[in-house]
Amino acid sequence: MSKLEIRKSKELKERMSGNEAVAYAICQVEPDVMPAFPITPSTEIPQLVSNYIANGQMDTDFIPVESEHSAMSAAIGSEAAGARTMTATSSAGLALMWEELLLAASNRMPVALTLVNRTLSGPLNINCDHTDGMGARDTGWIQIYAEDNQEVYDNFIQAYPIAEDPRVRLPIMICQDGFITSHAVQNIKLLETESVKAFAGTYEPEEFLLNPGKPVAVGPYSISNFVMEARKAQAEAMENAKEVILEVAGKFAEMSGRQYGLFEEYRTEDADYIMVIMGSAAGTAKQAVDELREEGWKVGVLKLRVFRPFPEKEIAEALKNCKAAAIMDRCESYNGNAAPLGSEICAGLFRTKTMIEAVNYTYGLGGRDFTTEHVRGVFAELRALVEEGKAIPQNQYIGLRK
Amino acid sequence: MKNTLEIRWHGRGGQGAKTAALLLADVCFKTGQNVQGFPEYGPERMGAPITAFNRISTDPIRVHSNIYYPDVVVVVDETLLHSVDVTNGLKEEGAIIVNTPKPAEEIRPMLNGYAGKVVTVDARAISEETLGKNFPNTPMLAATVAVSGVMEKTAFIDNMHESFAHKFAKKPEVIDGNMKALEAAFAAVGA
Amino acid sequence: MRTDVEKINDRIPYTELTEGMQLFGSGTSRLFNTGEWRTNTPVFHADKCKQCLLCCPVCPDVSIPVVDGKRVDFDYDHCKGCGICAAVCPFDAIEMKEGIEP
Repeated sequence: MSKLEIRKSKELKERMSGNEAVAYAICQVEPDVMPAFPITPSTEIPQLVSNYIANGQMDTDFIPVESEHSAMSAAIGSEAAGARTMTATSSAGLALMWEELLLAASNRMPVALTLVNRTLSGPLNINCDHTDGMGARDTGWIQIYAEDNQEVYDNFIQAYPIAEDPRVRLPIMICQDGFITSHAVQNIKLLETESVKAFAGTYEPEEFLLNPGKPVAVGPYSISNFVMEARKAQAEAMENAKEVILEVAGKFAEMSGRQYGLFEEYRTEDADYIMVIMGSAAGTAKQAVDELREEGWKVGVLKLRVFRPFPEKEIAEALKNCKAAAIMDRCESYNGNAAPLGSEICAGLFRTKTMIEAVNYTYGLGGRDFTTEHVRGVFAELRALVEEGKAIPQNQYIGLRK
Repeated sequence: MKNTLEIRWHGRGGQGAKTAALLLADVCFKTGQNVQGFPEYGPERMGAPITAFNRISTDPIRVHSNIYYPDVVVVVDETLLHSVDVTNGLKEEGAIIVNTPKPAEEIRPMLNGYAGKVVTVDARAISEETLGKNFPNTPMLAATVAVSGVMEKTAFIDNMHESFAHKFAKKPEVIDGNMKALEAAFAAVGA
Repeated sequence: MRTDVEKINDRIPYTELTEGMQLFGSGTSRLFNTGEWRTNTPVFHADKCKQCLLCCPVCPDVSIPVVDGKRVDFDYDHCKGCGICAAVCPFDAIEMKEGIEP
């Protein structure tokens, strides 16, 4: 973090899809090694990076591996050896990495992974929801979600300064919605490569395997007497990541003029009803909020950017003055009670004694479209709950055929 | 969304409706607009009906859903008129552009009572005449720009010339044909 | 962050452990006297030994030191008493005894 160098950048206007944007960020950051295996909808990322390498625009070692299990294994080995490493995947690819995800985190390897969120089968489907990312929520990775191509680009540039900070040293997932942003071309403001390179710096670990005369053993067996201590240290590093993420965001704002936090509060200051939402659907929600505001509704959006570390107290604080919150999940948890965001936010509200209404909605599974009409429907329901005392299910699906 | 033009493309996998949507986003971006171009991915198969979308706006675009109430619908393959409800949600003050050799009055009865503007363009004939092959994309793109009025014709022609010159730097003979295809499509829709 | 391996014991608080439980230094297994796990003990009869050296490479704990091309007595700090050496010795030069003492 101390090495983080700020060179204020000019804005370069471009149009790119989300996959193109993150691949370009990778080209600019230029990690040392990228093992990857293709899977829809993230395939374009290793493909574009391979093009950049073949064209001599970047000097990263690309390792074609035979599976995602191998991709993450190679990433851990490479990172342990002392090389800044990244990979890209989606859906079943992330699931196949499962064992190694935990290893990367517990070995404290600041690997970066660009996740293009896609559901997991079944039914067999290739479209967006957050089942893959949420499935990895307890693996010890930092997870940052993006609303659009601009955010996923900006988030990747911030990834290594966060992950490699000595207070953190944890792997980081930079997530975007499959197809909805990964394959949608939109305007984007790029940063100058020189500024990005200075910002991302180079990886200078204190300890690494290819370090003659300073031997180190990575991932040794730990008997029961040590595992709880190791986990606690890891959990504390995750907690530390909050302040590091904010520090890096501050420096990023100096360079780019774009400001990020743990979450974004959109027109919430006087809102009676707030929608908590993550990913591309947040943009749709903001649009609906603008329309509703014009009609006199006091509504707002809390767009969660950082899901791990989870800002439970900060969210509770942000919601404490509203009458009701809609907590939007793009994932099913099968606990009958609430999906991941619903569970964790409600726990935070309870712990902080923030006694507002909080309804959990599941939307957009398997790429089901989520529209401004849906957002309006949710706010109308919250208002009926508060103003008319209408009983509504506390955990429900949006747009389900009944 | 105010100040936003919403376009829905209907085509068949492999015909380039997605590419056309991305090309339109490209050329609108180059003339300083905010753009969005994206496909809807169903079962990706050659020949299967596919949909692609464009939002073109003077304001930043935040909505990430499909388009249900388009200003303009473009049908790249007229056989879709039998199987897809292409005018669904299409605004009456908007327009539908169909790639067909038939005149508009022959197409209108197939549009579920749509009362707005119907424009036909024989993109296949234009393409075969100017490019020697059936690439309906280029004429359909020009027809869409002409009918939607999303930008001035001269700005569009200049930008496309630049793109083609870049894209076909090694095959300059193709540039002329493409430019002729654009002009012919403008003429066909009376612009 | 480099920590003396000898400081890692079951009294160390979590804040002082190395990140990811990494160990720094090489040959650190020498520091752990696994010989105390032994319930059977090999005894070396130098008079019967022909110095064929079949026993040395099969020892899982590298507890049969070789000096100037000849094996010497066992490293009882690390020998766990598995008995593989006694099983491979063609000359009955290694005898297994019950207990931890040779």
